[in-house]
Amino acid sequence: MAINLDRLAGFHHNALKVRADKMEVIAGNLANANTPGYKAKDIDFRTAMNSAMQGANSSQAGPSALVRTSEKHIAGTSKHNFDIHYRIPDQADTGDANTVDVQVERNAFLENGMRYEASLMLLNGKFSGMKKAISSGGQ
Amino acid sequence: MSLFNVMNISSTGMSAENVRLNTTASNIANANSVSSSYEDTYRARHPVFAAALDKASADQSKGVGVEVKGIVESDKPLQIEYAPGNPMADENGYIYKSNVNIVEEMANMMSASKAYETNVQVADTTKRIFRRVLQLGQGQ
Repeated sequence: MAINLDRLAGFHHNALKVRADKMEVIAGNLANANTPGYKAKDIDFRTAMNSAMQGANSSQAGPSALVRTSEKHIAGTSKHNFDIHYRIPDQADTGDANTVDVQVERNAFLENGMRYEASLMLLNGKFSGMKKAISSGGQ
Repeated sequence: MSLFNVMNISSTGMSAENVRLNTTASNIANANSVSSSYEDTYRARHPVFAAALDKASADQSKGVGVEVKGIVESDKPLQIEYAPGNPMADENGYIYKSNVNIVEEMANMMSASKAYETNVQVADTTKRIFRRVLQLGQGQ
């Protein structure tokens, strides 16, 4: 059986990508905590992960690939991300139409960061296992 | 790469909050400034924040940073006081005091410094995670 790096690290690789995107979105929320009219956003991990895995499994460039109904159409992908949703605020508007709850976002950022590190640890385990196999158990 | 974008976003947050602290400091310093005409009096200054959507789409970043659109002067009425003994008094004996609300400014200062800290923590966590990524595959 050939060693397939994609199969070895593919899942965690996609998970890290989604986690990094989520970190970016939450960092944006925190930076805009005092911006009037800003609406807090978040990525739904499950759907983002599903679409990332589908994109990795099929030859298509993921769910955001444009549908071609004719051979003459130019193949293209959309950069738009459909996994980002607006957060539903827990409390009524305080007057500036901003829906960022700093405490919630801080906790979400921290949690996401820890999960990122957990994925890194698992990936590290995969790599060290593979290294061991390559070096025939360190002999 | 997206982890760099997180750093960029938190730095936009830091610089915006820095501008807010700056204007707050200037407002508090000038809270008791007086002048001899209505036009020349110091007025409270406040920054206007907006989400930097253009920059986010240019960087293809999922998160959005913040930018300072500009600084506006408060149009609240000034306090006019009859103080003929004041060297700054006009020909009718009035001085014009700035419209800075010191309590509001103190609250603004606390809010800005807390928001700044939050952005620093975001950058710090990102840095820690970056280190972990760089160490990937090392060790046994």
